[in-house]
Amino acid sequence: MLQKKLSLKRRIYVGTMRTLMFFSVGLTCALVLFLICFCLWRGLPNITWKLLSTKPSYLTESIGILPDILNTLYIVIATLFFVLPLGVGAAIYLTEYAQNKRLVGIIEYASETLSGIPSIIYGLVGMLFFCQFLNMQTSLLAGSFTLVIMNLPTIMRTTQESLKTVPQSYREGAFGLGAGKWRVIRTVVLPGCVDGIITGCILSVGRILGESAALLFTAGFAHALNGFFDGLGSAGATLTVALYVYAKEQGEFEVAFAIAALLMLLTLLINLAADFIGRMFKKRRNA
Amino acid sequence: MGNKLKNKKKLIENIIHGIFLFLGLITVACVLVITIYLVISGIPAIAQIGLFDFLFGQKWASTAAEPAFGILPFILTSIYGTAGAILIGVPIGFFTAVYLAKMASPKTKVIIQSAVSLLAGIPSVVYGLVGMLVLVPAIRITFDIPDGASLLAAIIVLAIMILPSIIKVSLTALEAVPKEYEDASLALGATPEETYFKVSVPAAKSGIAAAVVLGVGRAIGEAMAVMMVSGNVPNMPELFQSVRFLTTAVASEMSYSSGLQRQALFSIALVLFLFIMMINACLNFFLKRSK
Repeated sequence: MLQKKLSLKRRIYVGTMRTLMFFSVGLTCALVLFLICFCLWRGLPNITWKLLSTKPSYLTESIGILPDILNTLYIVIATLFFVLPLGVGAAIYLTEYAQNKRLVGIIEYASETLSGIPSIIYGLVGMLFFCQFLNMQTSLLAGSFTLVIMNLPTIMRTTQESLKTVPQSYREGAFGLGAGKWRVIRTVVLPGCVDGIITGCILSVGRILGESAALLFTAGFAHALNGFFDGLGSAGATLTVALYVYAKEQGEFEVAFAIAALLMLLTLLINLAADFIGRMFKKRRNA
Repeated sequence: MGNKLKNKKKLIENIIHGIFLFLGLITVACVLVITIYLVISGIPAIAQIGLFDFLFGQKWASTAAEPAFGILPFILTSIYGTAGAILIGVPIGFFTAVYLAKMASPKTKVIIQSAVSLLAGIPSVVYGLVGMLVLVPAIRITFDIPDGASLLAAIIVLAIMILPSIIKVSLTALEAVPKEYEDASLALGATPEETYFKVSVPAAKSGIAAAVVLGVGRAIGEAMAVMMVSGNVPNMPELFQSVRFLTTAVASEMSYSSGLQRQALFSIALVLFLFIMMINACLNFFLKRSK
């Protein structure tokens, strides 16, 4: 009834806006669906046990991505190992210790700046600082140090957000019982921000998996099979870097798509995990 | 005795305070190290080539017998490419965000939001790979040109890659609009659509501006995906020509560069860094205003 009273001009306006909205949403969803289906369709048939469990060999002219999978795993472990204490510590300083407003402002501005810097610049500075200045050469460790700086803002932000949800009264209660600041942090504050730390870890793993530009010059692109500690000391390609090399430089599109499908599945998994964890902690907090 | 224990405890507390202060300052130290390294390694080549010749030289021939180091093609390509991506990506992201914030049912919203965060999580090399094998041939056939690896391909890939940031930030801004504004508009007889676009959107305009600036930052800094679809030849930017961006200029020559060429690459990174710092300052301005 009401609709009929609208003038033609207004009806056109409403119709256009509606169409534009539905078109945009449809396009976005179609894009996501297309990307997933295309990568899985082209990649899944190429994922064989042989591909996953061997290293590339010139003798048999076969390609295997086991070294790349292991390198990715090593880099994820090494990066999280270093970034967690740094990021969580920085977040604790900001929410529990810092009193100087200007200092907090500076630190937060620095962390925002870090999250805006493109990965190619991280790669370049990582190469200059870790590989050359600290003489670490092109190695997985240099790569993961570079990623530590990149992921610092992520861990800091998620930890800070969950620290803010720890009720002030918990801290006051602990202080009232005579606990020192450090004891309060250790026994009351830290257990309360586990969810933020876990969320931060998942987000960081996603970023590390997808990173390539920062690793190209810091971690290199070798495909050697190494143990954990030897691996950290030597150069190696992660899955994304391997994808790039196989697709752009060697024209091995089947292998590239196999890796793409694998990365797509991992991305899906990480997103599901992040959703699940987020919901789980929300429920627990409300309960 | 008790006093001693108290002193010891105080000392430990102070040490721990110091450790946390140190951890807090690490981000600041990182930003300083990055800035200092880029400036120190970027200045020599600019000094040698000359600032004007470097920034406005139209020819880049780093490995020629008489090398030329003009990065105007890269700067313009980065600007055009980013502008193109914004032109395509922002409207799509904006309308999607309005739909999600105001019209979608809770269930649809959750599904589409997880699709969007999936889009954000896809590694850039995967975008590059799909672009290389789907988009580039499609452009070649549609426009009947010898090679589809062009500025247009890069623009389309970038537009898709900045969608998630634009949708997420605009969505947050739109959701923060007080419901009273909309109720008032509806009560005065405006239709829901008119209310969303004439009341909610203007109220959230700082947040939406921040989303656009964030998109600019993402687009100008992207390297790998663009490298795989843009053809990577240092031409002046044209829609159907193979081009090279600031980011890809650094990435493509770094592995075999030496001497002045290598230093010039650091200078390109410095130029890119200055662009990013300007964009960050804009972003902060808009984010502060939207709060």
